[in-house]
Amino acid sequence: MTRRLMEGSEAIARAMVAAGCRFFAGYPMTPFTEVLEHMARLMPEVGGTCMNAESELEAIGMVWGAAATGTRAATGSVGQGLSLMQESLAELSHARLPVVVLNMARGQGDYFQATRGGGHGDYRHIVLAPADVTEAVGLAQLAFHLADRWRTPVMFMGDYFLAHVQEAVDPAPVHFGEPAAKDWALDGSSSGSGRAKLVSSISATKVDDPDSVDHGTHLAMIVDHVAAMAAGVEPLVESGFVADAELVVVAYGTAARYVRYAVGRLRDEGYPVGFVRPITLWPFPTGAVAEAGGAAGGVAVFELNNGQMIDDVRLALEGRVPVRPIGGVAFDESGFGISPLLDVGGISGRILEALDAPTRASV
Amino acid sequence: MTTRQITVRGTVVIDVEACKGCVLCIDACKPGVLSMTEDRNRRGYHYPELRPGCTGCRACAQICPDFCFQVWKYDEPETLSVDDEGEASP
Amino acid sequence: MSGLPAIPSDRPPDRPARMTDDFVPSLILRGEHDLCPGCGEPIAIRSAVEMLDELGLTARSIAVVGIGCYTAFSSTLDVEVLQALHGRAPSLATGVKRARPDTVVVTVQGDGDMVNEGLQEILHAAARSESFTAVLLNNGVFGETGGHMTAATVIGQRTKNTLDGRDPAAHGYPIVVADLLSCLEGATYVARGAVNSAGNVARTRRMLHRALEVQAAGGGFSFVEILTMCPTGWFVDTTEAPDYLGDTLATTYRIGVLKDTAAGHG
Repeated sequence: MTRRLMEGSEAIARAMVAAGCRFFAGYPMTPFTEVLEHMARLMPEVGGTCMNAESELEAIGMVWGAAATGTRAATGSVGQGLSLMQESLAELSHARLPVVVLNMARGQGDYFQATRGGGHGDYRHIVLAPADVTEAVGLAQLAFHLADRWRTPVMFMGDYFLAHVQEAVDPAPVHFGEPAAKDWALDGSSSGSGRAKLVSSISATKVDDPDSVDHGTHLAMIVDHVAAMAAGVEPLVESGFVADAELVVVAYGTAARYVRYAVGRLRDEGYPVGFVRPITLWPFPTGAVAEAGGAAGGVAVFELNNGQMIDDVRLALEGRVPVRPIGGVAFDESGFGISPLLDVGGISGRILEALDAPTRASV
Repeated sequence: MTTRQITVRGTVVIDVEACKGCVLCIDACKPGVLSMTEDRNRRGYHYPELRPGCTGCRACAQICPDFCFQVWKYDEPETLSVDDEGEASP
Repeated sequence: MSGLPAIPSDRPPDRPARMTDDFVPSLILRGEHDLCPGCGEPIAIRSAVEMLDELGLTARSIAVVGIGCYTAFSSTLDVEVLQALHGRAPSLATGVKRARPDTVVVTVQGDGDMVNEGLQEILHAAARSESFTAVLLNNGVFGETGGHMTAATVIGQRTKNTLDGRDPAAHGYPIVVADLLSCLEGATYVARGAVNSAGNVARTRRMLHRALEVQAAGGGFSFVEILTMCPTGWFVDTTEAPDYLGDTLATTYRIGVLKDTAAGHG
């Protein structure tokens, strides 16, 4: 294994190439821009295409078209740019197309956007949230595998830190088993055959196709597919020190990196604290949170926003255990999500405050 | 009695039930052998009927929005003589 | 023809003959549709698929279809179809063609789709000289929602939300997108036809033929606008729509080849 020091943006780009991504489109926006720069350089080297899209709407559109041909395709942006892509993401979900979408976020304010989706209709898509560059290299590749396996958009939740922190990584291909066959993909060859393929969110089949269903059934099947993913996608989670914890801290992404470290040091000092770090934000690791939180009797959520993931934590615990927010919105002057709250001392203080809090589970 | 010649090179089969009475074919027909009937199809539309003189030019088929025309070209054209009483004979 | 009686047209001929056109072209699975009497869109769609067939491009063809009345054809064409959102066909087509350069990609959009929602997409695709053929079905209205003003509606045209006719003081001027595209260096072939007469249909078929030829030869962005009748959206009788097209739309949108810089042409 040959590891090389590289920034997160480059590692993610190289990981995508290793996963077989051969079409990328993007629009510059801090802190996603460097991923686009790396892909612009790397894609032609492997015979792929990197498009400098004129807008985020066109970026997701181009990726949509490439994905429809069976090509592994990806785009990305930042929360605001992803806001522009929401209609398309909803339609891509309804049309059952595999695409990978990066959010190199500014802070953690896009949790709702990613996990609920800002588009129309009933859909969810898989969301993966690495905590560091090493994990990002694996998850970026897993994203393509899951997208193909489930025929769905998969969102990769990064941030400014992940984009710019340098770690020694080896973005070699990771094998997840036999790639899913794409017999639905378009290449022109079924045109004129009497059974020409159709890739559409409105109908899965042409008229007179024996597999045709009415529109209502088609819409119901889309919803069934979401349920199948919820049941079939293994939620990924990392937990630590939960066995005898009296307070469990839930956090994701870069914030969780700090929480994990703070909890470790607090444990060294004898405090009964633990952490749960969701890695799949959807499907949310409800079981792990419920178990750890239920056993501890106290839960705190550290996220860099006004309270978004805390909803999923509360849903997991179903009111059995009080859940306390200990994060918040904080930006430095740049506005890029370099939060002053990311400080081990400060976080440790907030954890201890939550540990000592009078409200505890009485159930 | 005067006669004129009409050369018939083709013919059409018209799916009258598919017709929505738009009349585009009437002006499109170069030899002018299509005209709308007084009758109506099941949906209530007038539809075209054919008179001798089709050339098989396909203009009707190409302009019909409802795919009402099947066009045929005869292997051998046929010339009809038409007298001034409108009687045609080969 | 006065005086000549009608002859049978309900059965194939009884003299030796060959069929030149079946009712429905081979690339359309079902001719029956719910589009209005006298709608020009099926005429345009038929012309496009027949040209694909004539050029032998069928088994390489993918259509990227927008949202409008014509969307009905997404499931009745025997052509691979990628369904796009309103306005978005050009970016999808870009992805398809860049990922599969050996395919022939045709986009189909109405004027509401292309000139309203999707104006930037078509301009950018043409500027990049993306090698697909863009077809614009222009009837100057949003047909599917009931006949509303688009950016292509002409001055004086009555629509559901310009009942007194489009007035520049209130609604500005139409965008003549083909003219804009012909100014872009990336656009190789730009033409405008119509389907309101046999002569125009024939001319339009030749334009589609040429545009697809340009694409098949690797010649960059090709564009064919087709003026189509929409008697419902125009508040005119079905039988008056062809003349209305000529008198109203075709004076702003002039029929002809605007640009042809592909190999073999000036």
